[in-house]
Amino acid sequence: MATTALHPAASTYRSTLYEWITTTDHKKIGIMYVINSFVFFFIGGVLALGVRSELAQPGLQFVTDQAYNELFTMHATFMIFLFVIPMLAGFGNYIVPLQIGAPDMAFPRINALSLWMLPLAGILLLLSFFTGGSAAAGWTSYSPLAQDRPLGATGPGQDLWIVALVLIGTSSILGAVNFLVTMFKMRAPGMTLFRMPIMTWTVLVTSVLVLMATPVITSALIMLFIDRNYGGAFFDPAHGGDAILYQNIFWFYSHPAVYVMVLPAMGMISEILPVFSRKPLFGYKAFVFATAAIGALGFSVWAHHMFTTGAVYLPFFSLMTFLIAVPTGVKMFNWIFTMWRGQLMLRTPLLFALGFLSMFLIGGINGAFSASVPVDFALHDTYWVVAHLHYVLFGGSVFGIMAGLYYWFPKMTGRMLSESLGKAQFVLMFIGFNLTFFPMHELGLAGMPRRIADYASTAGWNDLNLLATVGGFCIATSMLPLLWNVFVSLRSGTPAGDDPWEGNTLEWATSSPPPPYNFDRLPPIRSERPVFDQRHGTASSGSH
Amino acid sequence: MTTDSHALTPSDHSPVGGLAHDSRGGISNPVLGMLLFITSEVMFFAGLFAAYFNVRANAPQWPPVNPASGELFHIAILPLVGPATVLLVLSSFTCQFGVWAIRRGDRTAFLRNFAVTFVIGITFLIMQAIDYFTLGQEGLTLSSGTYGTTYFTLTGFHGAHVFGGVIMLGVVLYRGMAGQFSARHHDAVEASSLYWHFVDVVWILLFSLLYLLPGKTPA
Repeated sequence: MATTALHPAASTYRSTLYEWITTTDHKKIGIMYVINSFVFFFIGGVLALGVRSELAQPGLQFVTDQAYNELFTMHATFMIFLFVIPMLAGFGNYIVPLQIGAPDMAFPRINALSLWMLPLAGILLLLSFFTGGSAAAGWTSYSPLAQDRPLGATGPGQDLWIVALVLIGTSSILGAVNFLVTMFKMRAPGMTLFRMPIMTWTVLVTSVLVLMATPVITSALIMLFIDRNYGGAFFDPAHGGDAILYQNIFWFYSHPAVYVMVLPAMGMISEILPVFSRKPLFGYKAFVFATAAIGALGFSVWAHHMFTTGAVYLPFFSLMTFLIAVPTGVKMFNWIFTMWRGQLMLRTPLLFALGFLSMFLIGGINGAFSASVPVDFALHDTYWVVAHLHYVLFGGSVFGIMAGLYYWFPKMTGRMLSESLGKAQFVLMFIGFNLTFFPMHELGLAGMPRRIADYASTAGWNDLNLLATVGGFCIATSMLPLLWNVFVSLRSGTPAGDDPWEGNTLEWATSSPPPPYNFDRLPPIRSERPVFDQRHGTASSGSH
Repeated sequence: MTTDSHALTPSDHSPVGGLAHDSRGGISNPVLGMLLFITSEVMFFAGLFAAYFNVRANAPQWPPVNPASGELFHIAILPLVGPATVLLVLSSFTCQFGVWAIRRGDRTAFLRNFAVTFVIGITFLIMQAIDYFTLGQEGLTLSSGTYGTTYFTLTGFHGAHVFGGVIMLGVVLYRGMAGQFSARHHDAVEASSLYWHFVDVVWILLFSLLYLLPGKTPA
């Protein structure tokens, strides 16, 4: 036929690229989310190495004060808004429709829009380095630090930061609408809400948090933008505004955002622990309710970031913060009793899941210290807080993300990752992580404040800072086995087959990688682990 | 015909009475998506309203004194804002009449009502623009202290949402005039009307706050 005149091979490369750029397939979009997030993970990581290098010794060796402010501001911005949140959204994108037996997300084109806003926002943030300096007021961008007047943050960097964050927020909100409609409307026959896999449940609660909290920070950012550019008077006390107002609105979003960053990671390890313990998840319903409770309580604790302002009601926010430890403790029991007397298979996904469990436990315990008002008055804005947030967001979220990557990489690509390289990465990362962040507890107790580029050599902080820097480079090194592992696996990895781990949930009932629209046929869904039922014949307990 | 297929009627199994339906009789994906999106919009305005209440509570008197003229800031309901409010509330009714019409399959009445809604939306925006211009001439701008900042930010973002709603109505109207939508298939009509009602409710709240709520004098 005349239409086939073009040699097939001539257009292959271009059409593949074109296909990925224009795709509305949730799996391709999910993979691009993951790749995009990893790019910004590495950029954020390089900035973190800059921070650690400067702090290794007293004195200013590498950067100026202003450049140091840019380093830690942009490190946090990239890691939070362009790595952890989109990375989890990306896994959700890939996994959720598969786990509920749906052919795609409810709004595939909006899904693509959500994805493509992210690199755009990332480029805006990177551009700010070339337009006279990036944002430098910390990722919190408190007023008046983030105002042009009277302090610091001059130039368009802060404005680019605001625009980028509004874009990312819009992407998140559209994604949350998409997830919720998908989960409420597109579940396969038999997939009741209480048979949804835990990963899907955590994405559901996360989406509710995003839907309710993210627009609030959008409003704060827009007000900040008006203050900076149109002579507004919302947050700047010099013009009659209220600096505490910004903190309230900001944390009303940013505390739930903490759960946005950790709940899906909890969901990931709740998929991995049962599979690699050869047991069902202990207390499925308790886990679901605990997740919902964390989400609900998350809206009533924001002011624990503001204890020392003297402008918030301390007993209430302290009590609510302690209360969050209860559902979190429930989850700890869920996980531990899932493994109890199970047949543990110590493969890389399980190792990272155990890393999550232990490190997040430490992050939870040191967080409970900070929830106590008198303790917080002593520790506020010290390195203790830096230690706490990294134990939760790195020890928690990043270990969870790595666990999820090793667990679902075979499904996404059809290839296995190397176990030995994976274990090497885990060991390096685990050691490096604790070398970096455990000393920060001690530094915080010794009084070292956050966000300083320099410190007196007589302050007694030299050795621990050097140790933390060594640990930082150890974490960076742990990325090499990962990159090599992915590279080798994509070229010549062992074929994975449909179900390499003997999984429980529906994504393992289709091919690896799954075809467009995911399933030819679905196993009967009679419990929260239909693939296990099918493999072991326990699905016959139903009426058919 | 098999026994498990039947023609759906608007009252079938719907968790939200009368809304458009999917093939299994539940709320349709676009309508649910719009409801969730409106939820997020509510939270966006909640942030702005919180800022307004906070600024107002911190001020010694409200409205404050205009430093340029030495008099209190004043915004008038007449001649523009009152009629604009009446028009916008009216447009919610015409919008809903349009939705009821398309549910009956009456495309003519649907188009007529949506056209009226669309025109009222544009009229509201024009009246708001004139009002802004007048206020600017009287010395109330975005940069004239907390009063001007909150007034223009709140009403401005409402105006932006009216603009978004007008575009939605315009697209639906265009599709309707091109022959789309029926008693069974009219998700876009339902979704755009929900958004329009939301915009209307926000304005009623804003109007009550900015124009009706009594000010406070210095203690």
